[in-house]
Amino acid sequence: MSRHTLSVLVENKPGVLTRVAGLFARRSFNIHSLAVGPTEHPEISRITVVVDVDELPLEQVTKQLNKLINVLKIVELEQDAAVQRELLLVKVRADLAIRSHVLEVVELFRARVVDVVPDAVTIEATGGPGKLDALLTALEPFGIREIVQSGTVAIGRGARSITDRALERVSRSA
Amino acid sequence: MVQGPHPAPPAGASRPPADRPTPRPQTAPAVTPADVVRPTVVGSGQGEPMTGAQSIVRSLEEAGARNVFGIPGGAILPTYDPLMDSTKLRHILVRHEQGAGHAASGYAYTSGEVGVCMATSGPGATNLVTPIADANMDSVPMVAITGQVAAPMIGTDAFQEADIVGITLPITKHNFLVTDPADIPKTIAQAFHIARTGRPGPVLVDIAKSAMQAMTSFAWPTEIDLPGYHPVTKPHAKQIREAARLLATARRPVLYVGGGAIRSGASAELRRLVDASGAPAVTTLMARGALPDSHPQNLGMPGMHGTVPAVAALQKADLIVALGTRFDDRVTGKLSSFAPNATIVHADIDPAEIGKNRRVDVPIVGDLKEVISDLLPELAREHAQHGQPDLEGWWRQIDDWRETFPLGYTEPEDGHLAPQHVIQRIGEMSGPEAVYAAGVGQHQMWAAQFIRYERPNAWLNSGGLGTMGYSVPAAMGAKVGDPSRTVWSIDGDGCFQMTNQELATCAINEIPIKVAVVNNSSLGMVRQWQTLFYESRYSNTDLHTGHGTRRIPDFVKLADAYGCVGLRCETKADVDATIKRALEIDDQPVVVDFTVSRDAMVWPMVAAGVSNDEIQYARGISPSWDREE
Repeated sequence: MSRHTLSVLVENKPGVLTRVAGLFARRSFNIHSLAVGPTEHPEISRITVVVDVDELPLEQVTKQLNKLINVLKIVELEQDAAVQRELLLVKVRADLAIRSHVLEVVELFRARVVDVVPDAVTIEATGGPGKLDALLTALEPFGIREIVQSGTVAIGRGARSITDRALERVSRSA
Repeated sequence: MVQGPHPAPPAGASRPPADRPTPRPQTAPAVTPADVVRPTVVGSGQGEPMTGAQSIVRSLEEAGARNVFGIPGGAILPTYDPLMDSTKLRHILVRHEQGAGHAASGYAYTSGEVGVCMATSGPGATNLVTPIADANMDSVPMVAITGQVAAPMIGTDAFQEADIVGITLPITKHNFLVTDPADIPKTIAQAFHIARTGRPGPVLVDIAKSAMQAMTSFAWPTEIDLPGYHPVTKPHAKQIREAARLLATARRPVLYVGGGAIRSGASAELRRLVDASGAPAVTTLMARGALPDSHPQNLGMPGMHGTVPAVAALQKADLIVALGTRFDDRVTGKLSSFAPNATIVHADIDPAEIGKNRRVDVPIVGDLKEVISDLLPELAREHAQHGQPDLEGWWRQIDDWRETFPLGYTEPEDGHLAPQHVIQRIGEMSGPEAVYAAGVGQHQMWAAQFIRYERPNAWLNSGGLGTMGYSVPAAMGAKVGDPSRTVWSIDGDGCFQMTNQELATCAINEIPIKVAVVNNSSLGMVRQWQTLFYESRYSNTDLHTGHGTRRIPDFVKLADAYGCVGLRCETKADVDATIKRALEIDDQPVVVDFTVSRDAMVWPMVAAGVSNDEIQYARGISPSWDREE
């Protein structure tokens, strides 16, 4: 099993996310993370799905996704040719005595403190999965009270845009 | 190249309007009760003003629908009012929504149109689930229109509310929820387009009652706006050349023909390919009739209950050219041991089928009619360059199998009728122009084996889903689709009891189908497995409808109660006379209760999950493969 990141461009219509997510479940494909949001074109949404599958099942899931009427385009983003980011918010126990130690870790990871109360700080960090895991490990000894993490979003490196051609289709048929 | 950031669009914004009436975006603004109560004209002002309900009826007419099978109820009620006035649409009132769905399927086969069924919200819609799933598995073009509770009520657990779009998400090719009446024409146009193009399938359109009641304007769309839907029909030339090269050089080729050949209407092309290649062909359960059974190169049906020559030819092939078929487990048996030495060419209109189950050497995505049409000249070129391949040895071996293991059956020891004989005689006496719709089980397999199919769309059955109860309503739909043909429902006593209420529909609407209940007084296929794999412990398979039972129900009386002619046949001597009588009655439905032996079994058989090499010709008799090389 290996990890793959798929960028799925879909029509911005109600229920499309259900169709995509449901297809993964139905065909026994495990979603590691999923993020969805608007794109530069109001009629197109972009779903970033990270899945753990072998090469052949990946081909199958891509083909099945392509059969969904609302799916416009699917691109697999290779690890090396794409920038991948997740957003992490973590609440750490930090009273006056240890706050400076916590802030040191925050500095090291180029994270940010977004909320402070006398006995805790909330930290915001973005990065690839590796960096965020390392940050959490570093914060662990202080006492992590709550974590919330986004799915991965990813974009290909370089000047090319994967939305361009999908958009051509949309406008051609409009 | 660089796209500037766009501000977030206002809710409900869509692509810029083109120079034609732009339907409202699907991101429907929240509908308030006020919107619903007060009929307002929605849309661009172009087109005819009418209610949403009228718009539905007009859209169905424009889409080319002529017959609709359905049952009204609360949420669909507004649509049934203008339906009454339509001169182009005939609505056939069924007795159960499941019957409407299978009838729409059967209708699609014989009419060549998209089958249409209609139901109300909640239970009406959920009763359509089985036939929709059935049509999805067997790629039948169908549009289901369901009423939904009024838009403001959606999500409130209202009376007769069911999220049918959510429920049918995994079993439709696509589905829609319409809450804005302005969306009705374009949605129905899209539904028909999706249902019949590419790999056909069922599309459900769920329409809120409030949208039916509101005023709107009707304008039939001039084009279909589906940016994410582009089925590939034209095959890739390079792949075609490679397929032709392989087919021209293989020593043990087999054409493995599936239901796609029927859906694509590729029978004529297929026949030319079979003739030109000289290769043996097998026709799957879904493809019976795609190539005439009388064709000398047709080895019959492969798979679990296929002929020994068909199963063996696939197993021993060095090349399999799979045409519109999906390597279903009932065909391949244990997948890892299926056709171990074969190179695979796989042509299908659905790219997702290619490589799904079996690794493919030459994938071809395209409509089978075009695929074969392109393949023929390439094959001729190969033959011209390298000569016809020598298939003599291969045919010698196949003919040996054919001679040693022909399809057949033994007379039952209990002296009762052999079901195979009944089915065979129905086929022989009714001929290849008739239509045969089977249920699911033993009788289905015998009907696939012992009726000779000479043309496509003469054989209807529930292949993928295996839906008991398919036969009677499917036969009904088939008869509506082509009233000139004799239509037989070949049914079992178990299946028949699941949907025989449609006999009322047939009798009242003058749809004179003929039903042969192959009555072995039990759930025969399950019983056969109990005999073979459960030490003859017959748990819950006895139906008490046959010989020496109380006959509950008595199918002859049941036929009579439904206004049909009921006949019974219990001896071999009476079979021909009874079938003749049934064939002579043309003005009302006929039900024939053929009470047959319950011990008859379907052979050959490959047990579930084992290799096709272990096919049994009859109980305990397996071909010995060693002697053939």
